[in-house]
Amino acid sequence: MMLERRHTDPTKDRDVIIRVRGVEVGFGERTILKGLDLDVYRGEILGFVGGSGQGKSVLTRAILGLVPKRAGTIEVLGQNLDDLSVEQRRQLERHWGVLFQQGALFSALTVKQNIQVPMREYLNLSDRLLDEIAMLKIEMVGLNPDAADKLPSELSGGMIKRAALARALALDPDIVFLDEPTSGLDPIGAGEFDDLIATLQRTLGLTVFMVTHDLDSLYSVCDRIAALGEGKILAEGPIETMLESDHPWLRSYFHGKRARAVMAGGAQG
Amino acid sequence: MIVAQSTLAHEPQATIERAEGQTTVRLSGPWTAPHAERVEAVAEAIASEVETYPLIFDMGGIERLDTLGAWTLNRTRHELSAKGKADIANASPEQATLMEETAYREFQGDQRPRHSRLVDFFVDVGRTVVDAGKDLVGGVGFLGELVSALVRVIVHPGRFRGTAVINQLEQIAYRGVPIIVLISFLVGCIVSQQGIFQLIKFGATPFVIDLIGILVLRELGVLLTSIMVAGRSGSAFTAEIGSMKMREEIDALRVMGLDPIEVLIVPRIMALVIGLPLLTFISSIAALVGGGLTTWIYGDISPDIFLTRLRAAVSLNTFLVGMIKAPFMALVIGIIATLEGLAVEGSAESLGRHVTSSVVKAIFMVIVLDGLFAMFFAAINY
Repeated sequence: MMLERRHTDPTKDRDVIIRVRGVEVGFGERTILKGLDLDVYRGEILGFVGGSGQGKSVLTRAILGLVPKRAGTIEVLGQNLDDLSVEQRRQLERHWGVLFQQGALFSALTVKQNIQVPMREYLNLSDRLLDEIAMLKIEMVGLNPDAADKLPSELSGGMIKRAALARALALDPDIVFLDEPTSGLDPIGAGEFDDLIATLQRTLGLTVFMVTHDLDSLYSVCDRIAALGEGKILAEGPIETMLESDHPWLRSYFHGKRARAVMAGGAQG
Repeated sequence: MIVAQSTLAHEPQATIERAEGQTTVRLSGPWTAPHAERVEAVAEAIASEVETYPLIFDMGGIERLDTLGAWTLNRTRHELSAKGKADIANASPEQATLMEETAYREFQGDQRPRHSRLVDFFVDVGRTVVDAGKDLVGGVGFLGELVSALVRVIVHPGRFRGTAVINQLEQIAYRGVPIIVLISFLVGCIVSQQGIFQLIKFGATPFVIDLIGILVLRELGVLLTSIMVAGRSGSAFTAEIGSMKMREEIDALRVMGLDPIEVLIVPRIMALVIGLPLLTFISSIAALVGGGLTTWIYGDISPDIFLTRLRAAVSLNTFLVGMIKAPFMALVIGIIATLEGLAVEGSAESLGRHVTSSVVKAIFMVIVLDGLFAMFFAAINY
């Protein structure tokens, strides 16, 4: 992994916001992550790629504490997750927001109420501010204000993603985890969503951890890419590093037919 | 950045300085969501205390700014703008972007119209009546579709799905036997015990056998079975058909040129129409056994006498009244269950709602239908 960083690393002196060291996760007999190391730097958009079933979601869920790990340490915002008390853990959870693949909006609540759930839980806001901030988030993610009083079942796929992103941003988190944010969106919608993530990242100073398969997203918004395979990080670095790598999986991923099409499109544009 | 204990002492603050020609509001501390109460209070204080304009918000001292802080500042600026200019100064580039993104705008309030409770009540009643009417029309329409599908199956016997019917019969009838036997037996016991307690006062204990025989064969057997089947099989139909609808399996059948009613619904309803009378018979026998045992224990009436008296009390038509009703109950349960199943929309929540309403409607209709039959049989003296 260190060998991959041949040229001087612009990220070297930057603040590490998530530090994963030697993490092992397995289910039953099967070990999925085998001593994985990964750093995520403050203010970057990290694209996380890997074949199906390689454990991309598992790592995300391990960082979020949704699956137990067998070994290794995970530090978020300089704090080792294993050392935290329940109260400290709650404090830490305010600093991240998660966009689940299917949105995971609470189906019984309207979009606005969904966004207000974490705010009601953690913050002491007046009703007026609660409404205004929720509406502001709705506008920031590019949803029409009409959507505020709709139930998730009345929204389209793209709107669900946006609403879920608004909920993830409800507490102004430092880190946002996005699980395949553009899956299920049409190319135009996916492109708009990429732009939205980039804009929000700039405006709110977010660190974005994005699990994705979308080559367009990797080319257009990701500052750095980490590729997962065989339970470890195969390579990490900007897109150029990925293209230079001669690991077979990375070669077929970044030099496949679909990747060439994206590259060609990028060159023309 | 974790808010450590020491920084909690830091609170958002503002000091107002009046100089010649302009007022400067120096902001400091964290203007973030965790300090929301204080942020709002300070903003209000600024709005009420500033008197001279133009006004400058000096953001140089702000440690942290998030959407909430930026929004509150922008809102305050907007409120003051009616009286004079209010600008910001010394904002870092990030803060400036955030201030721009959270620029003040009006939000439409809650769009849902509010009415008085009385109006809401009438709207509710009206809607329920209309829904009930639509259910009725839908039910009749569906009955027509079902009958035409049945006729098609009869005309082309090759399209009859025997295996599916047998499979459904196993699910509905065979697997339902234990629970139906158990509850019928218990209800038979209870009715007979209470009957004995009341009739003993008149010295008319043996009449409990008439009571049990007629009540069970005419009403209880078929009612208990129908309610049980509505709960067990009606809900299962709705859930099965509903989840197939949710995952577009019904559409898949349709595009393959298969008629979902013929494939999914005819076998289920046929199995119900065959199975429910069978279960009714079993249920009646179980209830009679329960009643017989109880009269033996509580009323000292031996099984011999019970049987002789039972034979005198009931005739074939007592038995037939119960059995005639059973297929109609089956039809009602089947139609309601499949209609609710087909009404399921995309979400799992909708599936749950329709399963509940399928069971509730089916039980309700079973009891209404039983009442109608009671009036009908009374009118024809059967």
